[in-house]
Amino acid sequence: MKVARAHPLWLAYLLHRLSGLGLAVFLPLHFWVLSYALNDAAKLDAFLTLTEMPLVKAAEFGLVFLLAVHFFGGLRLIALEWLPWSAPQKTWAALAVAGSFLVSTTFLLQAI
Amino acid sequence: MPERDHLTVTVQRGGPNEPLRPQTFEVPAYENQTVLDVVSWIQQNADPTLTYRFACRVGMCGSCAMMVNGVPRWTCRTHVSKVLDGNAIEVGPLRNLPVIKDLAADMDPFFDKWVAAEGQHHPTRTRDEDIAPIDPVTDERQAANAGIECINCSVCYSACDTVAGNPDYLGPAALQRAWTLYNDAKDADRNAILDAVSGKGGCHSCHSMGSCTAYCPNELDPLSAIAGLKRATAKRFFGGRK
Repeated sequence: MKVARAHPLWLAYLLHRLSGLGLAVFLPLHFWVLSYALNDAAKLDAFLTLTEMPLVKAAEFGLVFLLAVHFFGGLRLIALEWLPWSAPQKTWAALAVAGSFLVSTTFLLQAI
Repeated sequence: MPERDHLTVTVQRGGPNEPLRPQTFEVPAYENQTVLDVVSWIQQNADPTLTYRFACRVGMCGSCAMMVNGVPRWTCRTHVSKVLDGNAIEVGPLRNLPVIKDLAADMDPFFDKWVAAEGQHHPTRTRDEDIAPIDPVTDERQAANAGIECINCSVCYSACDTVAGNPDYLGPAALQRAWTLYNDAKDADRNAILDAVSGKGGCHSCHSMGSCTAYCPNELDPLSAIAGLKRATAKRFFGGRK
């Protein structure tokens, strides 16, 4: 029998796990490219021209998305497990974080 | 009145001594009927060899839980109209437990873990002393009260993917029981409880997927109880006192 488990907390767990795996796969590549900054600046610059390609830009968006999802998923877990709060308190806290993130990101986008 | 006069009910048959196979029955549909009514109708009218388990029929005893369309449920309080998929229902034995036969799951691992989680009372007094007064408004008592209506139906144990992936994991019901005892002013050995739940397969194995809380038929919250144990064991590890 197919098991039904698509409730919000389970989906949040899955998203956190998959984004974590995605970041784990990305990080070695990230550090490998960063290492060129120390050893071979010309090679790094050549590599960075790739970031002008639309596909790489889309992949960068995916990467930032994974990072954001994993970051907020982690905050969610810490709040869930370490703060003996009631459910409404957690909803308010999540709304406060989401609101402040929205305001600060809008500020940042206007600044750059 | 129901749209059609029959339901298509697929029941998982078999067990350790015979192969597992689905068997489909056409069961009369009524405006008011529970999944347990449907299973009973099959056993009484279509196939008397169908094996299943029930006792109280009013959601108190916790013996009739089964998988219904992929979700563990107490079948005596689950109305067919709430779970129908088209005109069909699929019923199977509880997940994460060995099958005895057909719809009857072997509950031994579930109750063994209840004991392994130190889910037993450690008295502070003997029978010759007066009963200790309990203040019902303390935070501790409220935390204990939140979990004591568990009927041991094993729906949470069956819903939990951590149990499915880790045979040593004690499971939501046993850990919630440990949490209620930990918060019980009449319990004399809280360290024994924390020892039992902080080892391999203890509360720290929980991945907070929340299926236990999502599917508990009594609307209890084992997820928060396990989080409480995580805090209590971590606090003790860093030298804090309760």
